[in-house]
Formats: sequence, C-alpha cells, structure tokens
Amino acid sequence: MSYQGKKNIPKITSDRLLIKGGRIVNDDQSFHADIYMEDGLIKQIGDNLIVPGGVKTIEANGKMVIPGGIDIHTHFQMPYRGTTTVDDFNQGSKAALAGGTTMIVDHVIPEPGTSLMEAYDQWRQWADEKTCCDYSLHVDITHWNDSVKQEVDNLIKEKGVNSFHVYMAYKDYYQMSNSELYEVFTFLAERGGIAQVHAENGEIIAEEQARMLQMGITGPEGHVLSRPEELEAEAVFRAITIASQTNCPLYVTRVMSKSAADIISQARKKGNVVFGEPITASLGTDGTHYWSKNWAKAASFVTSPPLSPDPTTPDYLNTLLSSGDLSVTGSAHCTFSVAQKAIGKDDFTQIPEGVNGVEERMALIWDKAVTTGKMDENMFVAVTSTNAAKILNLYPRKGRIAVGSDADLVIWDTDSIRTITAKTHNSAAEYNVFEGMELRGAPLVVICQGKIVLEDGNLHATSGVGRFIPCSPFPDFAYKRVKARKQLAVLRAVPRGMYDGPVSEFSMSRGGTPSASARTSPTKQPVRNLHQSGFSLAGPPTPDDVPIRPAGRRIVVPPGGRSNITSLS
Amino acid sequence: MSGYQGKKNIPRITSDRLLIKGAKIVNDDQSFLADIYMEDGVIKQIGDNLIVPGGVKIIEAHGRMVMPGGIDVHTRFQMPDRGMVAADDFYQGTRAALAGGTTMIIDHVVPEPGVSLVAAFKQWREWADSKSCCDYSLHVDITEWNKGTQEEMETLVKDHGVNSFLVYLAYKDVFQLSDCQIYEVFSVIRDLGAIAQVHAENGDIIAEEQRRILELGITGPEGHVLSRPEEVEAEAVNRSVTIANQTNCPLYITKVMSKSAADVIALARKRGAVVYGEPISASLGTDGTHYWSKNWAKAAAFVTSPPLSPDPTTPDYLNSLLSCGDLQVTGSAHCTFQTSQRAVGKDNFTLIPEGTNGTEERMSLIWDKCVVTGKMDENQFVSVTSTNAAKVFNLFPRKGRIAVGSDADLVLWDPDITKIISAKSHNLAVEYNIFEGTEVRGGPLVVISQGKIVLEEGSLHTTEGCGRYISRKPFPDHVYKRIKARSRLTELRGVPRGQYDGPVCEVTVTPKVISTVSSVKTSPAKQQQQQQFTPQPVRNLHQSGFSLSGAQIDDNVPRRTTQRIVAPPGGKANITSLG
Repeated sequence: MSYQGKKNIPKITSDRLLIKGGRIVNDDQSFHADIYMEDGLIKQIGDNLIVPGGVKTIEANGKMVIPGGIDIHTHFQMPYRGTTTVDDFNQGSKAALAGGTTMIVDHVIPEPGTSLMEAYDQWRQWADEKTCCDYSLHVDITHWNDSVKQEVDNLIKEKGVNSFHVYMAYKDYYQMSNSELYEVFTFLAERGGIAQVHAENGEIIAEEQARMLQMGITGPEGHVLSRPEELEAEAVFRAITIASQTNCPLYVTRVMSKSAADIISQARKKGNVVFGEPITASLGTDGTHYWSKNWAKAASFVTSPPLSPDPTTPDYLNTLLSSGDLSVTGSAHCTFSVAQKAIGKDDFTQIPEGVNGVEERMALIWDKAVTTGKMDENMFVAVTSTNAAKILNLYPRKGRIAVGSDADLVIWDTDSIRTITAKTHNSAAEYNVFEGMELRGAPLVVICQGKIVLEDGNLHATSGVGRFIPCSPFPDFAYKRVKARKQLAVLRAVPRGMYDGPVSEFSMSRGGTPSASARTSPTKQPVRNLHQSGFSLAGPPTPDDVPIRPAGRRIVVPPGGRSNITSLS
Repeated sequence: MSGYQGKKNIPRITSDRLLIKGAKIVNDDQSFLADIYMEDGVIKQIGDNLIVPGGVKIIEAHGRMVMPGGIDVHTRFQMPDRGMVAADDFYQGTRAALAGGTTMIIDHVVPEPGVSLVAAFKQWREWADSKSCCDYSLHVDITEWNKGTQEEMETLVKDHGVNSFLVYLAYKDVFQLSDCQIYEVFSVIRDLGAIAQVHAENGDIIAEEQRRILELGITGPEGHVLSRPEEVEAEAVNRSVTIANQTNCPLYITKVMSKSAADVIALARKRGAVVYGEPISASLGTDGTHYWSKNWAKAAAFVTSPPLSPDPTTPDYLNSLLSCGDLQVTGSAHCTFQTSQRAVGKDNFTLIPEGTNGTEERMSLIWDKCVVTGKMDENQFVSVTSTNAAKVFNLFPRKGRIAVGSDADLVLWDPDITKIISAKSHNLAVEYNIFEGTEVRGGPLVVISQGKIVLEEGSLHTTEGCGRYISRKPFPDHVYKRIKARSRLTELRGVPRGQYDGPVCEVTVTPKVISTVSSVKTSPAKQQQQQQFTPQPVRNLHQSGFSLSGAQIDDNVPRRTTQRIVAPPGGKANITSLG
C-alpha cells in the first residue's frame, strides 16, 4: 500500500476519500453513485459502500463528478532562444488543476540536430521536479535520419512515448519535406505510434512573410496576414493524404480555422483515421485582436496557426467538436511575458508564439458547447478527457470513472459563473486571451491522485508529485482499424507472360523521367512463366535499321489471336 | 482581301470561297438557322439570302448543325521522351484532330531541364510549322526555375504570343518544382497576365510509392496506378489551388482524371477561386481497370499520368461535372507511343512512356456521353469543346464562335452517325486505341479548316504545313477581369500603432532567429528595404497612450509570478478589456 509515486510527499492530506451522492458522468452514461478511493485509485463505486472509518467524505449533493480533464497539448517551460516560457511545469500544472485538468501531455522539442533522447530526459527532469499532476510526453521530430529513427524506436519501446509530432511549417528549421513525412509516417505506422502534425504550409508562409515585411507591415497583424487559413487547410489536406497512403493514424494539432476543420471532417467521412484537436484559443476567441492598437495585447494572441479573423470560427469549431468531427481538445498553452513577446516588436516574425488556455479549457468548452446545448455532459467528458486517454492508450486508467482507474476526479459546478481575467488567473503571463469573458461552469472540487487539490476555491497543489505516465504503442482506438486495413491493403501484381516483342532504343539521359525513384531497387526480372507466354506479342523480329513500325502499319497478329488486343477484356 | 493569311502559299487551293446553306448555327449561347459565307479563311457573312459571288462552292447542310470547330487544348504531338519521340507527329496528330472535328490544337512545349524556354519554343514552332495541318498554338512548360526563366517567360508573352505556362507538381528530381518555386512562378505569371497550368500530382509521395511497389515485386502497368492513387492527385490540386489563391493567379488544372480531384476543383470554385479544370478524352471515356489486363501491351497503352481511375464510375461523374460547369474545357492530352516504345518499361512500370490517344475521339466521345444522355445540350457542347477554351486562352471570338469576322473553322455535325472506335480505322500511328470497341453516336460530316474543306464524305484532304501559329495575347478578359478586381481589393495595410517601448527580453542569437525570415534570402533587395523601414518610425504622440510605458529601473529583474502588469498611463482599460 505504498505510494505509486516516486517520492514521499511530506504532507499527505487525504489518502482515503469518499464522494457521497455524486452523479458520475462518463463518456457513455451518467448515474448516481458514491465513489471510494484509496492510494490514488478508485476502489469502489456504488451505493452504501462499506468503507473504513475516519475517511474524509465529500458531499456532492447530486452534483456531477467527471473524470479529470486531460490537456493533451501543453508547452510548459519551453525554451525559446535562451529564455523560457513564463509558465513552468509548476505554474502550468497548477493552472491546469485550478481549471479541472488533472493530467497534461507536454511536447518535447529537441533542437534540430540534437538527440531526441537527451531532450526527452531533459524534459522528464524538468517535469518530475515541478509538475503537480500526472503527465505524459509527446516528442517532436524536428529532423529525420537513421539515428533519429533509432531513437524514435527506443522512445516507443522503452520510454513510454507513443505520439510524435512533425512540423509542416517553420521552413529551414523544423519543417519536413513530403518525402520525410512519408518516411516518418511509415515508420510510426509500423511501430504503433500516432503521427501528430503542425499543419501549415511553411514554404508559402515564408514567401508571404517576406512580402508582408516588404510592404512595411511589421506588427502582429502581419502574423495572421502571412498565415491565411487556406495554408492551414492545405497542409491538413496534404498530411491526410500522406497518412492515408502510409496507413498511419493521424492527429492534427491545433485546428484553428473552419477550413482546416472541414478538411478533417471530410476525411473522416471518407474513412480516414484522423483526429482533430481544436485548442482553447480557437474554441474561445478569434483573430480580430491582431488588429488591436495595443501592441502588447495584439502580440499576446500570436500563435501558429493563427486565430482566424473570422469571428464565427469559435462557434463553428464548437459545433464540429460536438458532432464528433473533431475529437480532442488541448490548450497548446505556451505563454510568454510581454517583454518576451517584444522581441518581435519591429518584426512580427520574431514574436514568440503561443497563447494561454490550460486553465480555461474545461470551463470554456462547458460554456460554449454544453450550456448552448451543442453537446451533453457525456460528450463533454469525451472531448475533454476520455478521447485523449484512448488515443494515448491510457484508457481506462485515465479518462473514466471506474473501479481500478486513477482517482483523478472533478466535481463540476454547472452554475458557477466566473469572469476570466489576467488579474485572477493562475498563469504567470500578464495577458489572458480570454480577458473579460464570462464563463458558466467551473470545478468545485478537484481530486488528483486521490488527493483534494482544489476545494472552496483554494489550490493545494504540491510541486513534484506528478508522475510520468508511460503510453504504450498501438492504441486500440486508432490501431484496430489500421490493422484491419493493413491486412486488406496487400497489393498483388498481375501474372503475365514476359513481353518479348520489339523494344525501342532509349537514352537515360534525362535520368529516366519518372523512374528516378527506382534507383533503390534494381529492376527485378520476373522468372518467365512458360504457361502464360501465349499472351506475348510474338511478331516477327523487325530489322533494327528499319523504323520499327511505319505509321500505317497495324499490330501483327499475336499467336493467341486478335481478341485480347482489340476487345476490352 | 488578297493573299493568304497564312505564312505560306499552299499549292492546291481547293476552295477559297465557301457557302453553307440551310445550316443550324450552334454557338455556345444560342442556335439559329442561317447561311454562312466564307472567303479567305474568314467568315464574311451570316444570314438568309446572302449575296455571294458566282461560282462559289456550296454545301447543303439541310438543317444540320454547324458548330465552331473543336479546340483541343492539350496535345503532345511529336514529344521527345528519352531519345524517343511520340508516335503521332504534328502531321499525323493534326490529321487525326481534323478527322474528329477539331480544327485547332494547343500543344505543350516541354523544354528539357537546362534548355532555354525560348529555344525549345522555337524548336516546337519549327516542327509544327512544317507539319501541322490545322491552326495551332503552344503552351510552354516550366521545367525548372531560376532568374533567367522569368525573363524568358516575359519574352515568350511579349514577343511570341504565349499566355499559358504549365508547372509540374510531379516527376520528382526531373520536372517537379517546390511549393516555394511554384509560388514564385505563379506570381510572375499573374504579373504577366498569363494562365498558370499545373500537372497536379504529389511527386514526393509517388516516388516513395513507386519504390515500395517495385520492392513488392510489382513491375507491370498495374504498378503505375497503384503508385499514383487518386488521393495524391486531389492533394496536389488542393495545394495548387491554395497557392494560386495566395498569389491571386488564375489556375488551370490539366488532366483531371479522378472524382476526388474534380471535387476539389468544384469546391474551390464554390469558394470563389479562379480555377479551371480540364478532363481529357481518356478520363471522360474510359477507366483504369485495364491496367490489370493480362495483355501487357494493352495494359501499357493506358499508362498516363495522373492515371485513369480504377473506379469505373469516374467517366460518368466527370461528364456530369463537365455538364454542370464545374469543369470547363476538354483536351485530349494526346501523346501516343507504340508498343515497342512502351516496352522500354516492360520490366519496370516507371519507365513506360506516358500518354494516351484521344484527339480524334474527343468530340464524338463527349457528344455521346453528354449530349446523347441529356447531360448537356448542343450549346454547352460547343462551350466545353471549343468556346471556353478560346475564352480562357484569349482566342475568342476569332476561334470558338461562328460570327462574321471569325475564322472559318467549322464542323457540320451529324448527331446520328454511329461509329465503333478501333485501332483498325483510326488515324493514328499506334497499334492500340484505348477506346477500342466503344460505340459512339455523333460525328463530323464535313470539317472546314481555314475556310477549306478538309473532311467530306469520309475522306480527309489535309495539307501538311498549312497550319498557322496563332499567337495569344495576355490578360484574357474571361479570366483576368476578376483577377484585376481582386488585386485592387487585396491591398493590405498595417495597423498604425505607437511604438512599443516597454521592456524587451534579451535573446541569444541562436539559429532560430533565422527560422521564419530565412525566405528573405531569396531577394536581398527586400532585406535592405526592410532594414530601412525598421529604423524607428517617428513616434506619434497622439497614439502613445496605447503603449505600455511601464519602463522602470527594475525591468531587467525577472518578473515574479505573482506580479501583474503595471498600469499604463492611460489606465488599465485597454489591457483588461478586449477592445
């Protein structure tokens, strides 16, 4: 009965907990029952539970108890050109807990050219020291070669990483070519990983940025002008095409625009295994603020892909999230101080990118999607927690209230109303992109690892208690389908006799038009099958010096008769 | 009215003056009964009871349809490929075109990478001038991109009457251009007032797939279609639409072969993009199931890129989109190779020279699939086979219309004639016809090119070399009216702000600085400009209230997490409220 965590926590507030009279909300159903937890796990669910004496009891009074949120996309403590984002793992995970999120998944970003493994270890060290809730890691692949491939393999097999992120933007830096994407996706599909993409066409962005700067547009509005939403949609389309070719499950991070979301929902209708992740910012606000006269405010909205200037976007994305076309939500929380953003005060391309959202995510989705009747409470659980757990292969440990699951719970108050402001938020940033927004719905009590961390509006988070949760490859949620398709997608050649008619002379001077790619496999000579040789064109040999076939001359009769030439069999 | 418009004297002038009596003239907008009188290759009069000189040759139409001769916007006659040459040269090809009711072709100039565009253009001119039997024009393919290319494009537009350029998104390491290069090409094309054409397939993925399929031991023609699934075509169409939209450049997709690609075009048009789609005879008339034929030579005859879709419902679908206007023009992409030439790829499908026939069959095929089935009427038929092409490529109304002053390129169409297409009777130099055995209803009865009868009673009277090069001016109205209006609208403006004078974080200059701006490197001029600009705009005191002027001595001290932003002089309002 020792601690699952790696450390002894000095002040154990409540090892055993009983929630009485709650309405348990999972992604599939809601029901009334009591929950008893011990040692960070849910031990019993039901009525009239027999529990040890002296257990701390929380009276839920019929309020909803939901699985703690999983924020599947954060960038805490991210290094940026010698500085670091203002919310480190402590500050960030505190903000997460304050908003009802009990697990975060952060992105490891190795500098191009450096080892993935070292970067992973570095992130583990930072997170283990400071995180107040459980966490997992995605690893970003910022360059590609055989040693990276080896490292990816090791990360999947030994380090509990099952999702890797690639960039289609940031030309000459993180950006991968189509061929590299194809190779990465092929490899991930083999090893059971999830391919995540930052979808924007970096080539065109680079051109557009140069054009904007040339026109003298240097403020944050240049950021969104140089990254129109079409470029996002284009890259999503391309990523889907490559993923579908390689039969690799695809996960599009940061769905920011209607067009990108449309492409994802279309692809899902065509049967592609693709998941879309709108983020707090795209669900809650829009890109009109880039034109704010207050530079610092405008700059605080800078993130990529940018928020869409179309103010109807958030509502649209909430609708698609509710209909299941978009599957999971993250925050892409990555905050910089105004002073850091000001690095790009004379050139928008230098503004560090990222917005807040880890704390606001749950309440925002509740307000925009549940109170408006777009989705019900069960769907809310699915998009804020369960689906993420399934993709990460952590289900049902996370993302569900069930016996044996982790005791990460939230008692949700559907009626509480809060106004978001930088004055009261738990992030270290001076600006909040949701400033002034009034949201209905908030966590009343947050239980993380079986301990109460939020109660009566007070946070009792403990730095460093967060455990790394390893994710195993081949999550059923994505791979059951992928496996079935793999079996189907076996390609077969047509058995034919060898062609033994005349062959033109040709030069390979051009490198052989489309054959450039054939270089890797020296042409295989199929063994001649004599049983099928009747199909060949056995015309009389033509003298070499005579032009092979004068214009008027028709094909010679093959031994099997003309039928297979003139009829469309 | 003396002298030939053409550049040469033709020895046997069969009929300089022609009168068609009792015709039902079919243009793209209306049909009406009238007589047509032409002289010197130009339509001189249209009406009833025309007063014409004596001794004029008269054709009795008996109320049959007379329509503008077809324009085949996409041919590749006599195309060189790795030392071989496409089987149908300009003579054979244009003869076949005329036999099918097409009186003008637009061929593609394909410069080998490294060869000057203008030199290649002149080479094609020479080939075509000596052999072509009907009027022709030329598209020029951009097979590589550098500074010189831009100047050559300018020359071609200004001095040589070229207004369309094709770029390849496929053929990796040979013709393929990167997204960046395409962006630049499109920008140049828009400035020149030309049309950007694309061969839309994702060459990177194809290269990977080809390798995979060869590794699996699949070497026959079925490997061609397996390595080029239609998604890869749709992806490239989508990407080129995106880039064209960004650059406000009119886009023309050649060879629309699949439903998904056509859908992407239709969708883009609904969103307002200026984009045109060109299905070809092959994609309208047959499908890709033949790649699995046990007869290698037959399977190889269907090899073209993008490949024919293995989905047999594709032709019908494309014909429907053509009828509703989502696709606008039709070509044949006629590029034929003999079996012995195809056999270069007998052990490796990636080596099979690509192309299918279709210039002769195009008109009849569309009539049969679209007009006979009631998908379109005769006027729409004229649009998609002739008028739209003339409009897009700025040949209208000289071509693509029956009107006084237009060229006398006419077809007397018989809607009832039926014919079975077969390699035995076609006018091509190849052994296979991909439409073999297809029965089509509708065909040309009389074909008049440059005012002379070239097809009558089933016999062709063509003259080698009488085809004229038709030069095309830039900025076709049909396309550029909209583009011009849009470029006026899309002027971008920066937000006038006071200078930010708050604290600025120190940064180490790591390579990341270069990341996003690296593109500037292509034009050093831009960088200078930018640097000239960045030097502090004059501070506008009227707007200074917006800046965070909280500069204090402790600015260099890292902020404590609990510390909130200091109040700017103007009060907190513009910070906390979403103004």
